Amino acid sequence: MDAEPPRRAALARFIDPLAAPLAAGAATVALFGLFVALAGRNPLEVYRLMAEGAFGSWFSWQNTLLRASPLLLTALCTALPAQMGLVIIGGEGAFVIGGLAAIAAGLRMADIGTPALVVQCAMALAGMAAGGALIALAGAMRHWRGVNETISSLLLSSIAIAVMNQVVEGPMRDPASLNKPSTRPLPDADLIGNIPGMDVHWGLALGLIACLLAWLLMRRTTFGFAARIVGGNSRAARMAGLPVGLMMVIVTGLGGAAAGLGGMIEVAAVQGDANANIAAGYGLSGILVAFLARQHPLAIIPVAVLLGGIGASGGLLQRRLDLPDAAVLVLQGILFVALLAGEALPPLSEWKAKVSR
Amino acid sequence: MSAASLGLWTVPIAVLGGAIRVSTPFLFVSLGELVTEKSGRINLGLEGTLIMGAMSGFGVAYLTGSPWLGVLAAGMVGVIFGALHAAICSLPRVNDIAVGIALMIFGIGLAFYLGKPLVQPRAPTLPALPLGFWSDIPQVRAALQVNALFIVGLVFTPVLSWALANTRWGLIVRMVGDSSEAARALGYSPIRVRLYATCFGGFMAGVGGSFLSLYYPGSWNEGLSSGQGITAVALVIFARWNPVACFGASLLFGGAGALGPALQAVGVTSGTYLLNAAPYFLTLLILVLSSSSRRRVAGAPGELSVTK
Repeated sequence: MDAEPPRRAALARFIDPLAAPLAAGAATVALFGLFVALAGRNPLEVYRLMAEGAFGSWFSWQNTLLRASPLLLTALCTALPAQMGLVIIGGEGAFVIGGLAAIAAGLRMADIGTPALVVQCAMALAGMAAGGALIALAGAMRHWRGVNETISSLLLSSIAIAVMNQVVEGPMRDPASLNKPSTRPLPDADLIGNIPGMDVHWGLALGLIACLLAWLLMRRTTFGFAARIVGGNSRAARMAGLPVGLMMVIVTGLGGAAAGLGGMIEVAAVQGDANANIAAGYGLSGILVAFLARQHPLAIIPVAVLLGGIGASGGLLQRRLDLPDAAVLVLQGILFVALLAGEALPPLSEWKAKVSR
Repeated sequence: MSAASLGLWTVPIAVLGGAIRVSTPFLFVSLGELVTEKSGRINLGLEGTLIMGAMSGFGVAYLTGSPWLGVLAAGMVGVIFGALHAAICSLPRVNDIAVGIALMIFGIGLAFYLGKPLVQPRAPTLPALPLGFWSDIPQVRAALQVNALFIVGLVFTPVLSWALANTRWGLIVRMVGDSSEAARALGYSPIRVRLYATCFGGFMAGVGGSFLSLYYPGSWNEGLSSGQGITAVALVIFARWNPVACFGASLLFGGAGALGPALQAVGVTSGTYLLNAAPYFLTLLILVLSSSSRRRVAGAPGELSVTK
């Protein structure tokens, strides 16, 4: 039995992680096609319209990228802790509390008349600190009290959303916001603008940079290497003298900070104030993006664009084919279920071995 | 005592009535999830099951004119979702928490999709028992209009508690949950037992959902659930996997939810959201206090991933 040639091994390393998502994607296309066929629509027409609504024109591309940009950041909230073997699902709460902290800081800074860039930096820092603290709490409770981080991050997220609603309707409510309780709006001059030449705000660039930094940290630094050792075997990591607890707090904190930054961008570039709309499910979709990207920080980028595109095409499906907008949620659900079932498939390189045997 | 002189007494009376109303879906979802978790698996997708149950129960009640057929249909839809969860989780290398989130998204999406035509119509609602007949105070009578499903849950709680402790089935479920190897050695298939336990959990969550659309608030719309399915998962942990404690915790969680509107009626309007979040905070506190990095949560099934 001779050793595998190195080039084939490298190819297998690249293809193997793609096998399950691709199989899941194919199964999803088939199942959702069946679903819309049962609803009396032509599946080919549905997919053609989805491609058109997501990527058919510059206009739809911009819509897609707008929807993708918060997902880049909320996905990191799940994907970064996942490097250490933690399953965090509190991104929605970190996003929301980040948005709330950002508007509180931003209004205070704007009131004393600081330049826009200073206001925005203060908002970003406040958002990241609030989101980071929320999720870091889940990491700390996991390490020092043995509390399951999935459940605690879910509970923390619900608490954060309640706090946001309470503050927006109570202490920070703008008396002028009558039927939709909101905080005071940021002055127009302090809002985050669009990237020149596009109708997409700078949040997209920040999201891309965050994914890139997360990848560099996790794959190219000693810290990231150590974190992934903890993910592989936390007992061995402790034996090797790694400060597991501190690392958990840092990595969960960074994940929460990413989602908190997403909330800050939602407030400063999209809503202009904080209101109940900032809890619009970006955190939940971010979990899906992270799992679909197999927790790889760079893979988050194409997956977020794909899911953003699916979301962007919902309107077109509704207008042309009278499909309810929830069809997009059904598609996401099928995709997620298929992907997890696909995890059970053996790696692609083993299929061939099985066939040749 | 006349109605006008009730004064501040209106608050506890309204909270009692509200707690009974709000706790009913909690009770059903949590009793179902309790059995699932006792078998060593956690189903986080019950929020999706609950909303599917609300939609399908409403739809069937609307089409057949019978609310009880609606409840049954909601339960059966829950069984299908439970079976789906169990089937995917029985594959190798699949994480039950992630499957739960996936099925939550799928269930919510499907319910919103199929439920579009049901937003307008009215369906027959479930009956309530006037247990306040002895009083002439309208508030007391209103508070003790106890819905039939709550009574079913009230009777079922001790039955489940007894069955888990004393019957062969209860023993098998608990054994699979504590050590699947021991169960396998005795010839029981953990995968099959967990399938049944998850289906049961789905059935109960579906029934809990039908309560929302068929009794209170009593119609179908997309904002029907305020996260009861997710809260119920926390509630089971809060109740330390004990059915009778689940009943008490459901009432407590329901009471917290009912306190806000009751206070609003007497003019206190702030704090509603925080009151609704109080159960999450309490659960978190219980988890922090009762866990330790060295041993598992007291009372937790041995195979349960979230307490390992």
